[in-house]
Amino acid sequence: MSAITATTQMSAPNRDIDTRGNRRAKRRKRLSFIADHSVGIAVAIMFLAPFVFIVFQSFMTSEQALTGDLWPQSWHPSNYVDVFTKAPMLLYLRNTLLYATLATLFMLLSSIPAAYALSRLQWKGRNIAFVVVLMMMMLPPQVTQVPIYVMWTRLHLTGTLWPMILPNLLGDAFSIFLLRQFFLTIPQEYADAARVDGCSEWQVMTKVILPMAKPGIAATAMFMFFFCWNDFYGPTLYTSENPDSWTISLGLASFRNLYQVQWNLTMAATILAMLPVLIVFFLAQKVFVEGITLTGVKG
Amino acid sequence: MTIAVDARSAGQPSPALRAKRRRQRLTVLAFLTPWLLGVAIFFIYPLIDTVYLSFTRYDLLSPPKWIGLTNYRFMFTKDPQVVQAAYNTLWLVVILVTARVLFGLAVATLVTRLKSGLGLFRTVFYLPALVPPVAGVLAFVFLFNPATGPVNQILGALGLPQPLWFNDPSLSKPSLVMLGLWGVGDLMIIFLASLLDVPKEQYEAAALDGVNPWQRFRYVTLPNISPVLMFAAITGVIAALQYFTEAVVAASVASGQATTGGGNAALLGYPEGSTLTYAQWLYVMGFKNYYLGYASALAVVMFAVSLGVTLILLRRARSLVYGAEGTR
Repeated sequence: MSAITATTQMSAPNRDIDTRGNRRAKRRKRLSFIADHSVGIAVAIMFLAPFVFIVFQSFMTSEQALTGDLWPQSWHPSNYVDVFTKAPMLLYLRNTLLYATLATLFMLLSSIPAAYALSRLQWKGRNIAFVVVLMMMMLPPQVTQVPIYVMWTRLHLTGTLWPMILPNLLGDAFSIFLLRQFFLTIPQEYADAARVDGCSEWQVMTKVILPMAKPGIAATAMFMFFFCWNDFYGPTLYTSENPDSWTISLGLASFRNLYQVQWNLTMAATILAMLPVLIVFFLAQKVFVEGITLTGVKG
Repeated sequence: MTIAVDARSAGQPSPALRAKRRRQRLTVLAFLTPWLLGVAIFFIYPLIDTVYLSFTRYDLLSPPKWIGLTNYRFMFTKDPQVVQAAYNTLWLVVILVTARVLFGLAVATLVTRLKSGLGLFRTVFYLPALVPPVAGVLAFVFLFNPATGPVNQILGALGLPQPLWFNDPSLSKPSLVMLGLWGVGDLMIIFLASLLDVPKEQYEAAALDGVNPWQRFRYVTLPNISPVLMFAAITGVIAALQYFTEAVVAASVASGQATTGGGNAALLGYPEGSTLTYAQWLYVMGFKNYYLGYASALAVVMFAVSLGVTLILLRRARSLVYGAEGTR
């Protein structure tokens, strides 16, 4: 409809004259507004319906969960407490937080300097290094999995979460890529001024660039944290034989069959696994959307 | 990798300048050292070692034994499950990626046309993309469960057929596609940003030329957003090639058997192997059965395919962009 919008704007000088054509254009504009928003609301309902259905299910009694009812006859918030008594959810939570927190901290320690060197320092081979970052980012983890798995077996660390945490001390390709994109948006002049004042490169980074890149660093850290929170492949590979190291993803994947056959508690557990991510998103929506947009700006 | 500061001036540099350059070089090295170690330990070494191991028999207990091309011969002639796994994975690469890109573009276009409440709609469409994959699968297996699931309840109330969804071999992959479409929000955000970046003047010029909506999309919108579409296609294909979590969890939950990753061979890719993916087969062969040599051969083929697909798409992208420019 932007063609119509454009033509109405073209005839701006005549707008005051209430011609029949003008009125028709206005009516068509209103109709298209209604049509677009009807479609928008219909699609929005489809996107939200799964959430609504699983929330209803999570409050049902176990008897009602066996029926095909959509609406709970009576509401049972105690289902959410039962989840914790049926399965060691607190252990899973602790493991997940350990994995996600340490991995994110280690990633920041190693990836910020690397991203800084890739965006703010001049050196021969920088472009090649960036291509290597892109290649490592695109490489499916399965391709290099066998030798890395063998390595962690030799170090007796399979069965623990460390094989997923420790590599972050040596940089994470996606985070380096994202941080580099953020650093590039900061004007060079600030760093140059600090260099003239006699700051070392490390000081330029920590005192000048990092404070300005706070939103970018926050977004990168959040992506890493969520990646760990959601990760299923890594914990399956390294800890599936050792339930003491299971994360929420692993516990949840086995929840329905190991601890419970009914859907009401399973859906309560599912909602508990979603909740932290959704809450953080609502608190930091702007940072998040900016981060995602930036991943797609330059492929 | 060589690390050196740009040598701008020819001839003999003064000792002071040389010292300065050495200091700069050391600075760069200091910033990069952890990452360089990471490249060596987690990229170059395992890549080379995988190729070597693919020519061996290796079970982690005894040292690798060279067996030439046996693993590859087995893979291409004697392993029916790798054929099924490769078929399922390619099916997902084609259908899932295409469906997600088209749907993501459609939703993003819809959002650009919503004059009021844009922010609210964007949040609603993005929300499911945040849901942890395991939680999303559980929700969908519940929603689509044949006996009591809301989807079949509604279909039944409308007098429509009630399919078995995740329990039907011909519908299990389409059900996974629907899950992928629910989580299309990440693509939608990227497409939306790109659509809003298309210069207004180009649309105005097109309107003066009296183009129809399809021509406007083809000659104005598409050339502007094609780099982002290509980015989505490449990352989508790479992700589909390693499709694992959703397939594994859907099969395990729908079959009613707790299998973290597929311990029970009979239930692999439930129902009837229709959700067995290449990445899952590699995982089962390598890390459940400890055929590490064979898993390496699977990994080498996976590497070749992902590299090949990326290069082909990049070449197609160039011709798409230039082709569009040529017709303008």
